[in-house]
Amino acid sequence: MSAVLVPLALLMGLVTYPARALPLLVPGMQRLPATVQLYLRLVGPAVLAALAAVNVMIVLDAERHSSFHVGAEWLAVGLCVGVVAWRKNLFLGLLAAVTLLAVARAAGLAALP
Amino acid sequence: MDSLGILVSASGFGFVYGLTAQAAGFSPLEAGAMSVVVFAGASQFAAVGYVLGGFSWVGVIVLTAFLNARHLLYGAALAPYLTDRPRWLRAVMAHVLTDEAFAISIAHFRRIGRADLTGYWIAAIGSTFIPWNLATIVGATLGGSIPDPSRFGLDVIFPAAMGGLAVGLVTGRRELVAAIVGAVVGVSVSLAWDPAAGVIAGGLIGPLVGIATPPGARDTAPEAEILFGRRPTDDAARDPEAGIP
Repeated sequence: MSAVLVPLALLMGLVTYPARALPLLVPGMQRLPATVQLYLRLVGPAVLAALAAVNVMIVLDAERHSSFHVGAEWLAVGLCVGVVAWRKNLFLGLLAAVTLLAVARAAGLAALP
Repeated sequence: MDSLGILVSASGFGFVYGLTAQAAGFSPLEAGAMSVVVFAGASQFAAVGYVLGGFSWVGVIVLTAFLNARHLLYGAALAPYLTDRPRWLRAVMAHVLTDEAFAISIAHFRRIGRADLTGYWIAAIGSTFIPWNLATIVGATLGGSIPDPSRFGLDVIFPAAMGGLAVGLVTGRRELVAAIVGAVVGVSVSLAWDPAAGVIAGGLIGPLVGIATPPGARDTAPEAEILFGRRPTDDAARDPEAGIP
């Protein structure tokens, strides 16, 4: 069983832990400047939205050249986003997205990646 | 009841993470190590995408640090309730501080006006850490027995999860603007240069535009109160009986 990525997991843990622990362990850390607090609050939605958009809208060819992709995956991700906004339930959103794409592919309406 | 809902969600999502990681070539050991050591769903899903996208480890680590920097806010919000607890205990509590554990704990602490360690451990370990890790292993192990996962639409789980998680963090106009700008910048830079650079650029520029955006009508409370709600000291100042169980 491969363990090549275990050191990567350890390093990811190493950069995650301080963000969790510092405010609990260092007095005064809870009084971050308001602008820093706001920036940190906005990083999450920005990074996650960028990841979702890049993953579904960009395809790479064998030489890693990017091109714009339009497909049924857009609808599936949009459905998930809509369900989460409506029902506040990510698992339900994922279920809806996967079902939509599976049905579309089974019906021949969407290409396999 | 809140913890029960989180338990079901963590189990389902952990299973999906295990499946996704397995499909990306992670072994159960690698997927499991990430769940135990990192224990942060969004950045774990993101890491699967980074590895698939051929990012360097340095890039993965920098993006993980960025994505998980929001935990600073959670620790800062809980800190006033925990100042009289031993340092070693706070250090242990920190490792299992997730979005879910924070959401349940801060609401509970505010409701009773003090820290409740049993409640915290139930939320952080019983409802999240244990089910998340068990479900990861099950997903990563069973994933290998599913032939051609894309036939079943499983390849959309990663972008859908990222989009859904982003929506969960959008609580006002500024977050919405940061998310939209992050996505647009991410795609633009990806087309012009490289997807890895696109994600980093979107994650850095989106929040800057969000900060420059005027807050919406429902975002006018002071930042600290939006983020943290009232501190126990505020409660005590307003209500002399606050904090008494």
